[in-house]
Parts: sequence; structure tokens; C-alpha cells
Amino acid sequence: MSELQHKVIVGLEIHVQLCTKSKMFCGCAAEFGAEPNSRVCPVCLGMPGVLPVMNKQAFEYAVLVGLALNCRIAAFTKWDRKSYYYPDLPKNYQISQYDLPLSTNGYIEIPLESGRTKKVRITRAHLEEDAGKNLHTAGDFSQVDLNRTGTPLLEIVTEPDMSSGAEVRALAAELQRMVRFLGVSEADMQKGHMRFEPNINLVITKDGRQYKTPIVEIKNLNSFRALERSVDYEEQRQLDEFLETGEVMEMGNKTTRGWDDEREVTVLQREKEEAHDYRYFPEPDLVPVELTDAWLEEIRGRLCELPIKKQIRFVEQYKLSDYDAGVLTADRSTAEFFDEVVKAGGDPKRACNWVTQDGLRLAKERGCRVDELGISPQQVAELTNMIVMGDVSATAATAISDIMVTSPDLSARRIAEEHNLIQKSDADELEAIVDQVIAANPNAVEDVTSGGKKSKKARGFLLGQVMQKTRGQANPKVVSEILAKKLG
Amino acid sequence: MVTEELSARQLRDRIAAGQITSVEAAEAVFKRIEELEPVIGAYISTYHDRALETAADVDRRLIAGEPVGRLAGVPVAVKDNMCTTFGATTCASKILENFHAPYNATVVEKLLAADAVIVGKTNMDEFAMGSSTENSGLKQTVNPWDTTRVPGGSSGGSAAAVAARLCFAALGSDTGGSIRQPAGFCGVVGLKPTYGRVSRFGLVAYGSSLDQIGPVTRTVADSALMMNVIAGHDPADSTSVDEAAAPVCDYLEKLNEPLKKLKIAIVPEFGAGADEQVQKAMTEAIDVYKKLGAQIVEIDMPHLDYAIAAYYIIATAEASSNLARYDGVHYGHRSEKATDYVEVYSKSRAEAFGKEVKRRIMLGTYALSSGYYDAYYLKALKVRNLIRGDFTSAFEKCDCIMMPVSPTVAFKIGEKIDDPLQMYLSDIYTIAANLAGVPGISVPCGFDQNNLPIGLQILAPAFAEDKLLAIARMFEKETDWHTKMPAIIT
Ligand SMILES: [Zn+2]
Repeated sequence: MSELQHKVIVGLEIHVQLCTKSKMFCGCAAEFGAEPNSRVCPVCLGMPGVLPVMNKQAFEYAVLVGLALNCRIAAFTKWDRKSYYYPDLPKNYQISQYDLPLSTNGYIEIPLESGRTKKVRITRAHLEEDAGKNLHTAGDFSQVDLNRTGTPLLEIVTEPDMSSGAEVRALAAELQRMVRFLGVSEADMQKGHMRFEPNINLVITKDGRQYKTPIVEIKNLNSFRALERSVDYEEQRQLDEFLETGEVMEMGNKTTRGWDDEREVTVLQREKEEAHDYRYFPEPDLVPVELTDAWLEEIRGRLCELPIKKQIRFVEQYKLSDYDAGVLTADRSTAEFFDEVVKAGGDPKRACNWVTQDGLRLAKERGCRVDELGISPQQVAELTNMIVMGDVSATAATAISDIMVTSPDLSARRIAEEHNLIQKSDADELEAIVDQVIAANPNAVEDVTSGGKKSKKARGFLLGQVMQKTRGQANPKVVSEILAKKLG
Repeated sequence: MVTEELSARQLRDRIAAGQITSVEAAEAVFKRIEELEPVIGAYISTYHDRALETAADVDRRLIAGEPVGRLAGVPVAVKDNMCTTFGATTCASKILENFHAPYNATVVEKLLAADAVIVGKTNMDEFAMGSSTENSGLKQTVNPWDTTRVPGGSSGGSAAAVAARLCFAALGSDTGGSIRQPAGFCGVVGLKPTYGRVSRFGLVAYGSSLDQIGPVTRTVADSALMMNVIAGHDPADSTSVDEAAAPVCDYLEKLNEPLKKLKIAIVPEFGAGADEQVQKAMTEAIDVYKKLGAQIVEIDMPHLDYAIAAYYIIATAEASSNLARYDGVHYGHRSEKATDYVEVYSKSRAEAFGKEVKRRIMLGTYALSSGYYDAYYLKALKVRNLIRGDFTSAFEKCDCIMMPVSPTVAFKIGEKIDDPLQMYLSDIYTIAANLAGVPGISVPCGFDQNNLPIGLQILAPAFAEDKLLAIARMFEKETDWHTKMPAIIT
């Protein structure tokens, strides 16, 4: 066997549907799931003589993403027509951006399993209009639904900087989290709001020589799982194919494959990339967009702290685990609520526990966000501090939280007091009770002091007696300390 | 009395004064259509009942003392590439023969809001591609001055209708001379406004960066009146110009403002290619201005020679894309022979597009193809910029430029139809204005020995339609060419 090493190289093309009220170039509502062909007008139907008018909100959303991707934002962008014939494209051209995209040369920071991050370069991000959908229903004809026609799409192209299916997935997930933080896309996979097309090949080192396998583009993936699996599958398939055929990358031997979700394999769609000639030329019906400095700054003002930055900060500033920080930053409202709790003086670790456990549980039960529970960050901060001080137990804290949801005006302490949930930590008071318990249970005391097998169990019994006498309000930690002091 | 001597403005004023009713005017026009249309063939469709209803409504409102629009009761025609919710919008193409738009073009909305009475929709070269209206896929239009000759094109129907008094004014569209050239051939006034002055919404696109809607009228004043109705920004057309940057004015009001120290430029080398009689009429027209005290300057516009080449690349490139939507899938003609969706495209288009449309789609597709883009399309854009530059420097030296509308008078039907290059050359004087986006007007300036009209073309700086119309009006006041009528009328 000869010496053989390989590395997979992946670049990604991502289409993100922007959640504007109306479509890219007309006034139709951009919504999912409506009756086929009910969200259309002469403009998105491409009827004779109609003209597109740019949706300013879509443009601003795209700029916002460009800024979040650390891109250079063009002060002057124009629109181009990309021509191809397909029944779901009524004009038979798509309005897109060709040689002057609105953002170029950026990068996205993605979290890796190790807790470290990696920068993946962004080649460009540009705006375009989506096509409709061909519905291949029964019979020997297809139907076309043009509701999606003309909805704004942001096409993001990365450099081939990723080297595993896991990394590709991490980028996709990070991008999803980012656009949701920015509020520019719902990024709902099920609704096709994000679609991925990875370009994959291998660099193989064999007997000291390097070979590159032909590039494969996988079309139209719309789940993280399919994305990761297809890349992993391609890695092995291309390696096998190389060993069998020795074919290497050359001009024109890029192929297109699809992902068979059931069999978990990629399937050849197009042998050899056809020489696509989209005949791009400047869209004469739209004027170029000039982004003034003032406008750009106005848009920049709408940027928020990005999720990856928040996650890193939570780890560094609050000493949270990377996992916890990840849960907190899964969505913007949760992360910001947590930040508010800490700002209100809450203990970060306890605040994190509260948000990720009681907070998210209650939110899920009520089908709302954590910040919509009616519990203020101040209430939570107080509660976390009561836990730290030993004033309430973790169990009691959960009970208090449940009450807080229905009594939003009451402070955590008031609830604890009214419901006798304050934990007794006063050593003098507890010592008296411990003395009573010791006096009443000489056998157990005997078992503890004599050491041996029964000692641990007897100690637990005595602690239980104290808890019973205090109706569970004694701080078990304090009681244990007193017992230890008295009985050795 | 509704007579053929009346201009649109005069008619409007008489209707407003109660001297003529709007219904009388409409009836007179339809009577003439009944008599002459079988010969002229100016209209693809007419709307007798609808027009008379509108006219009756105008009359009723006038009697009731209600306010009426600027064209109240005036019978007008619209080129059949402007969408209307009534009737079909065919672009004289079999592919759209039965297309009924669910929207009005902005200019149609404006005509309706001005209480114009829309008589019908006029014939044209298919998708406005042509210079003789012979490329109509639906019918033939002839020149009212000589029915063996073409009316010019592509707005041949509009020009013939105005010349034969089958309406009082019409709208045309001008991509490379399609308003000015037929106006010249038919002895009427045709104005191509500055690109962006009039909304293109609802105008079926040929060459989007060149197309512009404008009036075809009997007099310069009528063109000013029509401009008062149709000019202005339209939020539905991003390329229509913001009125804060280029205000629209009352063109009628500014029509008679005297132009002192008028400087007229001529381009001697460029004009030299025209027929002798055309050149003679030109010289005489210039003399009229000289007598009025104008100063004539000779200028050089070195890039005009490349205008036709650049035009036929840019216009066809845009057309190849604009016409891609006529594929038989969503509307329009669909081949009955298609067995799969690719054949729906290829067969529907093969069956329903005419020869010239196919030729231009192929030209444009070729010019945009990878490997040819730089050599053709990109180079054409560079030429276009140079031509713009020629105009910019020319207008530093003059108020307007004058040249013939066309190198010849109206030619015989069939004379050039098999020679596309000869046909393309008939637009040699008009194309540059579209490439540069500047306004141009064609006014009657004489007749040749066969009593065929000759047109004088005046070009002005962008958004100087007020000045352009005033300069044209100076000439009209001094001459009576515009009052001549084709013999067929009387
Ligand atoms: Zn729409």
C-alpha cells in the first residue's frame, strides 16, 4: 500500500430568504403557504410592459447581513438580468447582481466543537429575486405556483475554506443564528428559507504528489443534517472514485449531484457542467443604487452584538461553559434577557441556570419567548442572589418562578416569604433544633459516633429529622455542618 | 362644426366653450374612420361605443358645470404597445393577439384622467421593431399622402391616423426614431421626450433603455398639450425622472416665449447623406430661422457615424431579454404542436413571432453571449457614452441641433422589406437622440416633387422640452406646411 492522505475542501453557496413584508420588486405579500398563485401581480408574473421597483427594506436587510459578514459594502450597486428559460421564471430572466454585488470580501466566524472559532472567508453576498415552484403533480404535466416568485433572496458565497461536514454544518447554523439575530430572515429550514449548495472536492497526497478530485456541486439542500451528511458522503465517494479511476480536476469536469435523503447518498444529476451562458447584462428597468455614507451608517446603527461574539463574551466575562453560552445565544431575545439579568445584578452562573432551565421551560409551556413571560430581569436577578445567599433552595426557586409568572408584580423575596419558601440558614436557630434531634435520637447518634457501616445512613436520618422539623426550610448544607461539628 | 382643420387644442377649447359637443367630435372621427380606415389601416382596434360613452360623459359634466380634464372630449389614439384594460394589447404580434392586460399603462391612465376620448389602438411594426410598419403581424398601414407608400414606423399607425384625421392626436413610442420618422413621413408633428420624462409603465418593452412614449400631433401646440398630460415622474417606473431634479413645466404656456439669440447647430458632414430634396427643404428651414435672427453654427459630432451599429446591438440585446417572456407558458400564443415544455417555448415562439422580431432576438442573443459580450455589447455601451459626450459638448455651443428626420421621404411598400440594412439606415438621423436620451421633435418642413412630406428634426438638451417645443413653434408660425392635408381627406 502506498502512502495516501486526503483533505476535503468545501465552499458553500447559501440562499437566504429575507423576511420583508413585500416581494423584491413588487407590492405582493411575501408569505409562505398561501393558496397557489394568490400572492401575485402583473409585475411578479412578468406581464408585458410592467416594471420592477426595488424594495428598500430588502436592500437594507442585505446591507445589514453584509455588515455582519464583515464585507466591504459597495457604495454603488447595480442590477443585472440573468437569462434562462424555465416555467417557474415568468420573465425567463432573473433580476440579480452580477459584477457589482452589494457586498464582497468578508468573513464569518464559526464555532468549532473545541470551543475555538474559525474564520471562513465570504466571497460575496448579493440580492436577487426568487423563482416560483414547479409542482410535479400526478399526470403528465406540471403546475406552477408563482407565490414565491420575486421574493427577496440573499445569495451568500463562501471561499472553499471548510474542511469537514461538521464545519459546513457549523457555518450553516451560525449563519442561521446570525440572520435571526439581525431579524432579517426567519431562516426556517422547513419553509425553505435557507438553501445550501456545497462545492466539494478532495486534495489527495499520494506518494508525495498532490491530486485534486473533480469538483462536485450538490444542489438544493435544505437541512443541516443533509448538508453535513452529503459532504461526509462525498468525501468518501470521491476518495473511492479517485482510487478507482484516478480522475482529477480539470476544466469542465465539474458535475452536479443531488442528495437522496432516504438512501443517504448523492446522485449524479448533470454529467459535466454544461457551458451555462446566462447572458448577464445590466437591468435597464432599474436604476443603480447609490448607498450614501449617511444611509450606510443609519443601517449600521441597526446592527446588534452578533451571536458568536455574545457567546464568546459570555464565556470570558461570566465564566460560563461554551455549551451554556451556546444555549443562551441560540436566539437573540434569550441572550439579551440573560444579559439584562446580569446587568440587574444577578449572579451570572445562577442567571444562566435560571434562563436555560426555568426560563426556557416556562417559555416553552406558554409558547412565548423568555422576555415575554412577564418576569422582569430584576426579579430574576433577585432570585439568583437569594439562591447564592442560601435564602432559597434550587427547588424552591423553581416554585417561586412558577408563581412569578402569574404574579409579575411580586418580588422573588416576597413570594418566597409568603409561601414559606425561605431557607433557614441561621446557625443559632438551627443549632437548637439539631440539639433537640440529637437528644431525641440517641441510637442514631450512637451509630454516627461509633463510625462503621451504619454511620452514613444514621447521619442522613438525623439530617432528615431536622428538615422535617423545619418543614424543609432548613439549609441542608448548614445543618450538615452543625451535625459534623457536634458529632465529629 | 368639426372640421379637419381643427387642432386638438382648438377642438378642446370649442368643446369647453360649448360650440361643439364631445359626442359630435367623436362621431365625426368615427365617420371618417368608417370612410378611410379600410384604405389607411391605421388601427388594430377601435372602441366606438366606449369612446361615445366617454364623450357623452364629458358633455354631461360640461353641462353640469363639473370640472373636466385638459383633453376633455378630444378623440385620441394610442399605439398598440401601451396596455389598456379595455380591448387587447397586441404589439401587432400574433403572440399577443389575444392578450388583454389587467392594467392600464400610466400614460393611458393619464389620458383617461384628462378626459381624452380614446378612439382606438394603432398599428405598428411588431414589438416596435421596424421603420415602415410593414413588420406588423396583424395588418398593413399605408401612408395617407400616397397609399402605395409606407407611413414609416414603428408608430406608423399613430402617424397615419393623425395625418388622415382619424383622431386628433395620438401616442407613439420612439426607440430609435419610431415617433419622429413616421411623423416626418406623414407630415405631422412627432415628439420624442427625454428618456425618463414620460413613464414607461405599461409600455410593452422593446429596448428598455431607449424606449420613450411621446405625442404625434397636427401642431406643435398639440404636442405641448399632450406633454402637459403625460409628462412626469411615476413611482411605478424607476427610470422616470424625479421632478425635483428635472421639473415638469406647463409646455403650452412656455410655447410662445420668445427665444432671443437662438443658436442653432448643424452637422454638415452628417447631414450630407440625405436625398437632395430633403437637403433642400432643410436648407430652406434653416433660412426661416436665420430670418428670425438665429445664428447658425457648424459643429462636428464625430461619433454619430457609429450610432446605428451601437443602436442595433443595445436595442436588440435588451429586446432578446424583454421578449423572452413570450413563451406560451403563462399567456399569449401557445403552440398546439408542443409535446413538452421546451417545445412550448420553441414552437410557440417560432409560430407567432415575425421574421424581423426573430432576427433581432437572434442578433441580441448573439451580442450578449459569452465570448462576444465584450466585443459587441460592451463596445456598443462605450459608443453610446461617446455619443452622449458628443451631445454634451454640442449643447455647450448651441441651443439646439437641426438635421433631417430621415434621409428620404416615405418609400414604397415592399421597397426595403427584404433589405434590412437599407431599412436600418432610414433611422440614421433619429437613433442618436435615443442613445443619448435627449429629446427630439419632427416638424413638417416641405414636400418633395411627388408631394410627399419632409420632416425637420430638432434636438435639444435633456429635459429642455419646453425650449424644444418653443423653437419648433417659431418655425410653425412662419410656415404653413403643417396646415397641408393629404388629398385622400377631401
Ligand atoms: Zn407581485
